[in-house]
Amino acid sequence: MAMKKLKNARRSPWAAVAAIAAGLIITGSGYAAATASTPAEAGSAYTADQVDAGHKLFLSNCASCHGKNAEGTANAPSLIGVGAASVLFQVETGRMPGQASGPQLQVKPVQFKQADIDSLAAWVSSLAPGPAAPSAEYLATKGNASRGGEIFRINCAMCHNAVGAGGALTGGKYAPPLTHTSAAHIYEAMITGPQNMPVFSNSNLSLKDKTDVITYLQEVQTNPSIGGYDLGNLGPVVEGLFAWIFMLGGLVLITMWLGAKSN
Amino acid sequence: MTTANNTAKKGGFLAGTANYLDERVGVAGILKTFGRKVFPDHWSFMLGEVALYSFLVLLLSGTFLTFFFQPAMTPVVYDGIYGPLKGAHMSVAYASTIDISFEVRGGLLMRQVHHWAALLFVASAGLHMLRVFFTGAFRKPREINWVVGFALFVLGMGGGFTGYSLPDDLLSGNGLRIIDGMLKGVPVIGSWISSLLFGGEFPGENIVARLYSLHIMLIPALILVFIAIHLFMVVIHKHTHYSGAGKRDDNVVGYPLAPVYVAKAGGFFFIVFGVIMLVAATFTINPVWNYGGYDPSPVSAGTQPDWYIGWLDGALRLTPSHLEFEAGGYTYSMNVLLPMIVGVLFLVVVALYPFIEAWVTGDKREHHVLDRPRNAPTRTAIGAAGVVFYAVLWAGAATDLIATNFKMSLNQVLTTLQISLIVLPVLAYIITKRLALSLQRKDREIVLHGRESGRIVRLPHGEFIEVHEEIDEYTRYKLVDFVNYEPIMARPNARGKITIRGRIRASMSSWFFEDRVTPVTPAELEASHKQGKELH
Repeated sequence: MAMKKLKNARRSPWAAVAAIAAGLIITGSGYAAATASTPAEAGSAYTADQVDAGHKLFLSNCASCHGKNAEGTANAPSLIGVGAASVLFQVETGRMPGQASGPQLQVKPVQFKQADIDSLAAWVSSLAPGPAAPSAEYLATKGNASRGGEIFRINCAMCHNAVGAGGALTGGKYAPPLTHTSAAHIYEAMITGPQNMPVFSNSNLSLKDKTDVITYLQEVQTNPSIGGYDLGNLGPVVEGLFAWIFMLGGLVLITMWLGAKSN
Repeated sequence: MTTANNTAKKGGFLAGTANYLDERVGVAGILKTFGRKVFPDHWSFMLGEVALYSFLVLLLSGTFLTFFFQPAMTPVVYDGIYGPLKGAHMSVAYASTIDISFEVRGGLLMRQVHHWAALLFVASAGLHMLRVFFTGAFRKPREINWVVGFALFVLGMGGGFTGYSLPDDLLSGNGLRIIDGMLKGVPVIGSWISSLLFGGEFPGENIVARLYSLHIMLIPALILVFIAIHLFMVVIHKHTHYSGAGKRDDNVVGYPLAPVYVAKAGGFFFIVFGVIMLVAATFTINPVWNYGGYDPSPVSAGTQPDWYIGWLDGALRLTPSHLEFEAGGYTYSMNVLLPMIVGVLFLVVVALYPFIEAWVTGDKREHHVLDRPRNAPTRTAIGAAGVVFYAVLWAGAATDLIATNFKMSLNQVLTTLQISLIVLPVLAYIITKRLALSLQRKDREIVLHGRESGRIVRLPHGEFIEVHEEIDEYTRYKLVDFVNYEPIMARPNARGKITIRGRIRASMSSWFFEDRVTPVTPAELEASHKQGKELH
């Protein structure tokens, strides 16, 4: 009898719903547990004073778009769970606070003192766990530049160009040049995926991969151009313009001089 | 024996050598005819020389590079002195390019000399072609030489592209991938052509060696042969000259080749060489070590071809996507085929233009005096439209750079260029034609009534007039020396029928010459002078 009841229960239309719900709960919580383990070092790095100061700064500078509790509005996304890395990247590069709405936030002079930026990061990271600021060992540029170059070309060059000179995206958006980006900002961009950039989580690009990419980009930045002035590293279009305007243009001036009638 | 000794001693070493050569190969005769070739003086006649000299620089630097370059795609692990690539997997071709850049003494300079010279070679050849076009220097008897020059330009593009692809870096590999895609876009036989070229599926292991053979043997050999024909025909036809007093279709006014032009041209060679060396030593070009070895998976943003292939890349970028259709079991990718067809058509029109114009004008005379562009308004307008069409395609290859550097939307840049490609050539045609006609009218006015002197005179009866100064005969000659073509009427042939050919020709002729300003005739000039005298 009991067997029959069980059999009937299995056939009932609610059984499928229950099974799907159970599956979702198991995979979802499992996934959450797995992803939450990466930014484990978050939270403890900031003091309670910093969190309070950050909250005040947030209310006076950011809340008008992001909402009083950072829950997000129609104009700006929620900041709950974006972590300190996201705040540091956006505010330290001058992208935040945003100046005007447009296809993309522009880099501009930094608007806050470093201590205030840290306070903002402290408050935002206190809301929910999220990617933390990178620890120094990943920024030491002690990785393998050659391997980093290969990873960069496969994962990043389609938008940022093979030498990090930047490139165009659709509708006025663009991948910015990486010629002056600091190691910490490169790391933070990879882990948080600002604006149009995808997130490169640690399961996608391991910490070693990230260190190698950072090492490669720092090497490109610090190495002087070997063959002379690099014309912005923008490739053949600029070289062609240079050949037409300066080489051929210069030679045309010389032919005019040679062809001029001597007085 | 004694006489031979005496002549040698009398003139010293130089005369002795000259005598020696003359007795054996008849140098005196060659020098006499060749050295007396007259060459007119004008800066625009030296543009072809720039191309010739940059080709010499290409030969010299290219030979140096062949000593060290290894055209093989065998995979190796890099173990050279360039840190950021240490341990990277790459092909022998790429590794040897890196070695040329960093380990061969003078190698990087030679690579940069070779590449800059290549850009200059095609650019100066292009500018030279424009000069020839806009001055009508392609008219009889020089039509064939125009085609030879055109072939040189296309060979230059071919030489450039094969060279661009040799280092087997990411940039050149991306370029080859586009060629592969275009070949595969050819209906029915596309995939076969592609596997024939690449020796299997792209990229394979053969393409660099194959392009190398083309790049260092076939293409330069053809360029040399065509240069020889080109220059030989210049000698046969004699050089053209700009109109002016005493310059006619049956003479050439200028200085003899020896000694004036030998010295000038020799000096100019070193100037061109010097400019290339200066640029190559101070500006980097194609820093291949930055791009990494070719790997079919990554495609870098901002990937572009060298400038002379840019217009074809632009055509690809500007063509709207989703233009493909299927018929008979084959896919026709018009988004690849259309730019190829447009590109080939454009080149065919350029190559055949002299014959088209000759047929339209029906002019069988020889022309050695060049046209001023304004005196051939329709041709100049067609040329301007062609230049604008090419330039828009060319800009199309830089849509992404235009968007990022001028802070614009990539999509809007693309749409703007798509519209411009159709609209701007038409505008350029209309504006240029009207400008040329207006300039001709101004010339006519100047010949008939002289230059405005700015001197205002009050006549006894109170009228104010501006005194016009008559121009001198030399200037006048220049202003009236052009052919007055008239539209050809379609006439019935021997059987009394007006052929379709005749109709087309008549309509083309009226398109060319319906709007025209005729040169001032002596009678008109006479009448104008008489009238002027009566007035004053």
